[in-house]
Amino acid sequence: MIIYDFLYKFVFNITQSAAIGDITAMIISGALPLLILVLPFTLVAVWLERKVSAHMQDRLGPMRTGSHGWLQTVADLIKLLQKEDIVASDNDRPLFNLAPILVFAGSYLVFAALPFSSAYIGSNIDLGIIFIIAASGFVVAGILMAGWSSNNKYSLLGAMRSAAQIISYEIPTILVILTIIMITGTTNLRTLSEMQTGHFWNWMIFGGAGLSLSKFLFIPFMLIGFVILYISTLAEVNRTPFDIPEAESELVSGYHTEYSGMKFAMFFLAEYANMFAVSAIVSAIFFGGYQSPIGYLGNTLGLPWMIPIEQFLWFASKGVFFVLVQMWLRWTLPRLRVDQLMALCWKYLIPIAFVNLIIVGLITVL
Amino acid sequence: MKEYFQNIWYGLTTVLIGMRVTFKHLFVPAVTIQYPDVKLKLPERERNRLYVNMDDCIGCDQCARACPVDCIAIETVKSIPGEDLGKTSNGKKKALWVTKFDIDIAKCCFCQLCVFPCPTECIYMTDVFEFSEFERDKLVYNFVTLTQSEIEDKKANYAKLEAEKAAQKAANATSVKPAEKEENKQ
Amino acid sequence: MAIKTEEMVLNMGPQHPSTHGVLRLELVLEGEIIQKVIPHIGYLHRCFEKHCEAMTYPQVIPYTDRMDYLAAMGNEFGYAITVEKLLGIQLPERVEYIRVIMGELQRIASHLVAIGTYGADIGAMTPFLFAFRDREVILNLFEITCGARMLYNYIWVGGLSHDLHPDFVRLTREFIKYFRPKIVEMNELLSTNRIFIERTANVGVLPLETAINFGITGPMLRGSGFKWDLRRDDTYSVYNKFDFDIPVGEGKVGTVGDCWDRYYVRILEMGESLKIIEQALDQLPEGDVTSAIPKRIKPPVGSVYKRVENPRGELGYFIISNGTTSPFRVKVRAPSFVNLGIMDVLCKNHMVADVIAILGSVDIVLGEVDR
Repeated sequence: MIIYDFLYKFVFNITQSAAIGDITAMIISGALPLLILVLPFTLVAVWLERKVSAHMQDRLGPMRTGSHGWLQTVADLIKLLQKEDIVASDNDRPLFNLAPILVFAGSYLVFAALPFSSAYIGSNIDLGIIFIIAASGFVVAGILMAGWSSNNKYSLLGAMRSAAQIISYEIPTILVILTIIMITGTTNLRTLSEMQTGHFWNWMIFGGAGLSLSKFLFIPFMLIGFVILYISTLAEVNRTPFDIPEAESELVSGYHTEYSGMKFAMFFLAEYANMFAVSAIVSAIFFGGYQSPIGYLGNTLGLPWMIPIEQFLWFASKGVFFVLVQMWLRWTLPRLRVDQLMALCWKYLIPIAFVNLIIVGLITVL
Repeated sequence: MKEYFQNIWYGLTTVLIGMRVTFKHLFVPAVTIQYPDVKLKLPERERNRLYVNMDDCIGCDQCARACPVDCIAIETVKSIPGEDLGKTSNGKKKALWVTKFDIDIAKCCFCQLCVFPCPTECIYMTDVFEFSEFERDKLVYNFVTLTQSEIEDKKANYAKLEAEKAAQKAANATSVKPAEKEENKQ
Repeated sequence: MAIKTEEMVLNMGPQHPSTHGVLRLELVLEGEIIQKVIPHIGYLHRCFEKHCEAMTYPQVIPYTDRMDYLAAMGNEFGYAITVEKLLGIQLPERVEYIRVIMGELQRIASHLVAIGTYGADIGAMTPFLFAFRDREVILNLFEITCGARMLYNYIWVGGLSHDLHPDFVRLTREFIKYFRPKIVEMNELLSTNRIFIERTANVGVLPLETAINFGITGPMLRGSGFKWDLRRDDTYSVYNKFDFDIPVGEGKVGTVGDCWDRYYVRILEMGESLKIIEQALDQLPEGDVTSAIPKRIKPPVGSVYKRVENPRGELGYFIISNGTTSPFRVKVRAPSFVNLGIMDVLCKNHMVADVIAILGSVDIVLGEVDR
């Protein structure tokens, strides 16, 4: 918000036109998360994924491009950029070309409502959480498009599985988020983060702020809620053990089998951007969002301008931590079968989330 | 109902156990090496590219006959009397000029069957394993030490010897022939 | 209005990450449910049997290596004892012991690949790399002994190409010590993992009767709960001198004869192989390994069939000799080929993802299926 205001004033002073100022400021502040967060994060995350998996498997991983291979992703990206863009003759061309853009846009849209720090939220909308869920559901359309237009049976199977999976797992996600909304009474992510200010015992996972009896009663249910939310968001971003749409050993790589070059890279970017997005949501809801667990250095030093930067760092590190856990899970677990995936969702996560919701509701009433 | 909660419990605990295993391995040193920079010491019995020490080869063709894929091609020319071919390192006397000793290493199946029958131990497998080429023809190794002119020389010498022998034989034969013919007629 | 439905035919392979080579499976699907599986083989056919007729007896050995290339020692072992039976050779004790050690090491290496790739098929990459890491140690042992890592040409008719390397016994003992905890780790990481059990238990159940009718052998048959192991039941070499168990599937987490049982039998067999190796190393006699190798192998006219327990099942060689230096006919009873025949029965009414799980538990090597 601050960035938007600053840009608006800056452009307005030059052009003396409210419309131009508004649009320029919007575009720039909208592109900022892409430039300063999504792309660098993806580059780092892909490298991290490789290194983490390598070390878990007693390997070294990439070692040549840069020290310990930290430039490997950049090299890969350059390679993907200059690769031929192959479109098979029987592909449905318009849909085939649109799909990666849609998937990427869908996952990027989520970043608009993420509270990076108290000073920077792309769009501080009141329906923040609901917007994020809606936007992430948008990805399904892109994936279905990709699977259908590829004109490949494997891609189609992957896309259909993916659609079924993402839609089913939105239910437990929403149920858990509903629990939180019930306690806090807000869907605005910034307000939600502000409510968890102070120290880490004020986080929602520890029952939220305040020192009432209900805070302690909440703790076990918050833990259950956290586990359910984490599992279902994991499924929503198609990561192992829920990477059935991509299922390398069954469907080769599912809906993006037929893509090459930059279009493939867009799916790839979207996957990693999504990983961060869901991790950020989990941390915003349960782990205080951008709030520091131990207080701010800026406060102690008396430098208030440092606080937003610190908050940003806290937010990013919490997000990256959960991304690392996702990777850890991926390199540990086998993959579920598609019916078991559905069973997990409908037989376990949804009923438990429901019971959780009711109990939390009762405690709130008390 | 009990089974339901048991399932949840097993699901969570076994996942955590697995995570513990992988986490431990984060701190185990890697077993892989940076291959072209770091190379393993190969054992002494390593079976890779074939090598022929032509100084010791007597051209007996045993390796070529042992080879299951026929990747060794040997041609020899007999030496003429009075030519000294020298001795092999284990004292065998050479009697043949080896005019062709080609190994098509692209065909080779590295079974080592050619190595054992060699009487002078002149063909053996080395530990060189990096010998890829862009052209297949380059994988046919010529081990012959003689130059092309020398080979032709030897061949000519032997042909001359043969011709002389044949002439000798013919001369002997012609002296007998009339008698034979007469016998046949009768 | 009648809605017309039709079955979808999905070609799995020959280029597919989970068909373990160039196998093509034609899947007839209804949704994701398998109606029929038709395996198409022959992409790796190299005319092994015909080839043998043009080779002398020792020259066949490098070719046998290339059938089941994950268990080359086992193939050589089988071929060597078949020809020896034809010739009627008595072997030195040391040769027999070394052959058993090599065969069992090879069994562990082969099962490691089976288990590792099975994990990878199910979606867990880490056990796969762990398995290959441990297999590498075994391959190093083979390398110091005969110089090759996969296709050894080590077990010859009447003996061995080399004696053991001086370090071999020490290194093998070190390996046994190193490997026991790794089996436990593999169990923690994969065998007992709930997701893995969900994917494999009660999937592809093979009843014992069907298994016997289809001629299934090896870990697949034992997974169905039948104690049948040629090392014990039709003993060859010196296997009768060792004390070992024959693990069978017990249906610990599902039905007897499901994929998990077949998988777990392999894990247990690795432990049994370690036992055999330990005993063989303790009893290893001194002696010469090349003394009994005949100068010229020219068996008398006749035919012989001999079978050995390979990691994948019963490997049989049928050799007809017409009294020359090359065999008149070599017929191989390849376990992978016979075991593959049951795919259709096992896969019926399962999902696409289960085909992978079942194929992985059958554990085929295409080099042996197609020969």
